[in-house]
Amino acid sequence: MSTITLDSKVPSGPIQDRWDNHKFDMKLVNPANKRKFTVLVVGTGLAGAAAAATLAELGYQVKCFTFHDSPRRAHSIAAQGGINGAKNYKNDGDSIYRLFYDTVKGGDFRSRESNVYRLAQSSVNIIDQCVAQGVPFAREYGGLLDNRSFGGAQVSRTFYARGQTGQQLLLGAYQALMQQVSLGRVELHTKTELLEVVKKDGVAVGIVTRNVATGDVQSWSGHATLLATGGYGNAFYLSTNAMNSNATAAWRAHKQGALFANACYTQIHPTCIPASDDTQSKLTLMSESLRNDGRIWVPKQFDDNRPADQIPEEDRDYYLERKYPAYGNLAPRDISSRAAKVVVDEGRGVGPLKNGVYLDFAESINRLGKETVFERYGNLFDMYERITDEDPMKVPMRIYPASHYTMGGLWVDYNLMTTVPGLYALGEANFSDHGANRLGASALMQGLADGYFVAPYTVGDYLAGLLGKGSVSTDDPVFKAAEQTVHDASHRWLSIGGTKSPEYYHRELGKLVWDYCGMARDQNGLEKALSEIPALREEFEKNVRVLGNPDGVNQSLEKVGRIADFFDLGELMCRDALMREESCGGHFRVEHQTEDGEALRDDEDFAFVGAWEWNGAGTAQTLHKEQLVFENVKPSQRSYK
Amino acid sequence: MKLTLKVWRQDNVNDPGRFETYEATDVKDEMSFLEMLDAVNENLIESGHEPIVFDSDCREGICGTCGLMINGQAHGPQKGTTTCQLHMRKFHDGETVTIEPFRAAAFPVVKDLMVDRSAFDAIVQSGGFITADTGGARDANEILIPKTAADASMDAAGCIGCGACVAACPNGAGQLFTSAKLAHLGLLPQGQAERWKRTEDMVETMEMFFGSCTNYGECQEACPKEIPIDFIAMMNRDYLKSKLKNRKLSGQKY
Ligand SMILES: Cc1cc2nc3c(=O)[nH]c(=O)nc-3n(C[C@H](O)[C@H](O)[C@H](O)COP(=O)(O)OP(=O)(O)OC[C@H]3O[C@@H](n4cnc5c(N)ncnc54)[C@H](O)[C@@H]3O)c2cc1C
Ligand code: FES
Repeated sequence: MSTITLDSKVPSGPIQDRWDNHKFDMKLVNPANKRKFTVLVVGTGLAGAAAAATLAELGYQVKCFTFHDSPRRAHSIAAQGGINGAKNYKNDGDSIYRLFYDTVKGGDFRSRESNVYRLAQSSVNIIDQCVAQGVPFAREYGGLLDNRSFGGAQVSRTFYARGQTGQQLLLGAYQALMQQVSLGRVELHTKTELLEVVKKDGVAVGIVTRNVATGDVQSWSGHATLLATGGYGNAFYLSTNAMNSNATAAWRAHKQGALFANACYTQIHPTCIPASDDTQSKLTLMSESLRNDGRIWVPKQFDDNRPADQIPEEDRDYYLERKYPAYGNLAPRDISSRAAKVVVDEGRGVGPLKNGVYLDFAESINRLGKETVFERYGNLFDMYERITDEDPMKVPMRIYPASHYTMGGLWVDYNLMTTVPGLYALGEANFSDHGANRLGASALMQGLADGYFVAPYTVGDYLAGLLGKGSVSTDDPVFKAAEQTVHDASHRWLSIGGTKSPEYYHRELGKLVWDYCGMARDQNGLEKALSEIPALREEFEKNVRVLGNPDGVNQSLEKVGRIADFFDLGELMCRDALMREESCGGHFRVEHQTEDGEALRDDEDFAFVGAWEWNGAGTAQTLHKEQLVFENVKPSQRSYK
Repeated sequence: MKLTLKVWRQDNVNDPGRFETYEATDVKDEMSFLEMLDAVNENLIESGHEPIVFDSDCREGICGTCGLMINGQAHGPQKGTTTCQLHMRKFHDGETVTIEPFRAAAFPVVKDLMVDRSAFDAIVQSGGFITADTGGARDANEILIPKTAADASMDAAGCIGCGACVAACPNGAGQLFTSAKLAHLGLLPQGQAERWKRTEDMVETMEMFFGSCTNYGECQEACPKEIPIDFIAMMNRDYLKSKLKNRKLSGQKY
């Protein structure tokens, strides 16, 4: 076991001043010297594109990588709802402090106060920056920016661009990035997938990639490496994440000594379209905004097979309104999701597979009229109809929770540096700001805060200390060894010659992770998962079939490596969930609930970040704890009754 | 239902390529077109044949990664719908479906149904941005943008860069894509300082890669986001102005 001590490097002083003071204390690199440093940025989602563009504007040499065919394809593009900004344009009592407070509370008191405060501070600059770039946010007739309330917030602080906020923010960052490419300050490598993180003398010195179009394996040397590679929601197989979203970059970093934190904190979004059969490849999110006007219900009776419109009012159970009269259909994501699971598990689910609950607009249509309802949600209704062939204006929508976002990720200090010096993690890839549950419209905010406003400062501070030191040559044995690891892995997968496709194993793994480490977890199930996952993995390694060769496009080869990492990660999720003998946010341990079935936190014993250290394949990871201190927001039991 | 698929297979850019025929069995109405192909691929792998290569990612119609010619139509028969959002209930039992890549001189085939659309990035790189380095922005509400302008800009900004417009165009022209980006930025006050230079650079870069527009209008028909060709007219006007204006004297980037 190593002697890692987690130092969060959180500055001291009043919370309002910490980031400003820290910025002042950090070392600067003068403009002529910036050119001498190469920074590798992996990922071109909001976090990566923003960081790469900004670092290049500052004058660093940036090399930027994505496995996508264009930076604009990153999964950030799919975000619908909006982005928070504590502008208080609506004069409804919002402030940086309130956004900070809401985020700490929403995260169920499992995040770092200092990080969250900095995030709330940056939110204001993000909106300014995006507007300057030409992001076409929704406007009022007078020309001012429009806002809406989102995800149960009591103030309207969410900025949005129709139902395509992520798309517009990403295009803004992508365009800024492409401008830097045109100026020769960013070298862009698309279709290039990171497969190894390379260290020398304990410090990150670069990466090894495989070009997914040509199969070329190549080393890249940099003074600092930033991973902005997204979340691991696809460990569940079915999720709202894009098909290619994966955890490989984070996981390979973990294997090089970067601790992985809070793996069990995953967010299950309550409003997704239920799976229609077992060939389903992914799940589709229906924006949370639908809950503003839709009422959620299931039949009172078990196995009620009548069509929705033939079930009279007295036979319907509007269970959220019943259980949470104050918040009703707008109860937070984790609470709504679990409530849906309870009724479906009881056998009161609806739809052909009895795997959903109704989200019913009939009452709103009566109250507001068809036009108004269609004007608000027409886009979403169309999308729903394309997928299900049902018109929500006529029959209630069917929804069910699905894996959506992962709060856990690579452990980083206040500077966003992992436990490997010189290696940073940004955006959804890190564990930093959302604690055990993320509030709506806060992931886009965090990705852009990390990329535009945090990393460009903190990376400079690190680089200042490297002045005069050259980068490590890609001919160095450390790079050659990492390249060999990549080649060996390809050859191993291609020579197994089993009978089942990689996809098959991903699906089977996903079922285990979902059943035992999904919306509700208990000791028995988790222990079972910890024996079943390794068993399935053993079969996978003996029986998976990857055809073709490593040169050129080979999508099965790309997948199989990612799935292998999901196996490891799925195991860690279960181990982390088993360790955390409490319920908090998205982590619900059945053994730890209040009398009326709500999450029961244990602040005495579990107010810490659980960060795991890799000890080699087949050996359990070691847990390290970062104690969380709450000086400003006093932990309290969340109540939405 | 059961379908016969005629699928384009091509090993690499230099391979002449050929159609191969596959049976898709057990196809259900609820499957998306790509899930139907996933199932075909799984069978291919398990019977020892290399799976068909095609691109997709979000499967929600927003990332622009997917795109197939289905029976000769870019993204298939349903209007305003990407390939990933097309569902099998639009097909019937026993049908033969022809599946090809998005073909265009500017989009070389990488393998099977996967094409290289990096020419789009080249167009954006040549000027598809508003210069606004991080950190210098003023308060967002200091720039007033009438709702109508913001909405029109957003109509154009909804382009997902899938390339259906190019694939559908008999000339393989890139006008709809380029004009959508130009309109997104050119309709906003923030976009004015670089407007004529941007138009000139992007149009001329486009012409290096793509065919010319002769107003077939197929692009608009194929666009899964239903972006109208009005933006092409706007681009043409702006391009002319970019050549006629004395940009230096009117305070424009030149
Ligand atoms: C359907 C949906 C809707 C959402 N809606 C909202 C919302 O309304 N508001 C909100 O705040 N959040 C929302 N979220 C969450 C939010 O979109 C994401 O958390 C966020 O966009 C993640 O951004 P990122 O930059 O960290 O990563 P991503 O956008 O996932 O980008 C990852 C990048 O890394 C690259 N990459 C990954 N691995 C490698 C590798 N090994 N080698 C090379 N490149 C690699 C990818 O190519 C990509 O460029 C939503 C999420 C989903 C799924
Ligand atoms: S896969 Fe993203 S648009 Fe079809």
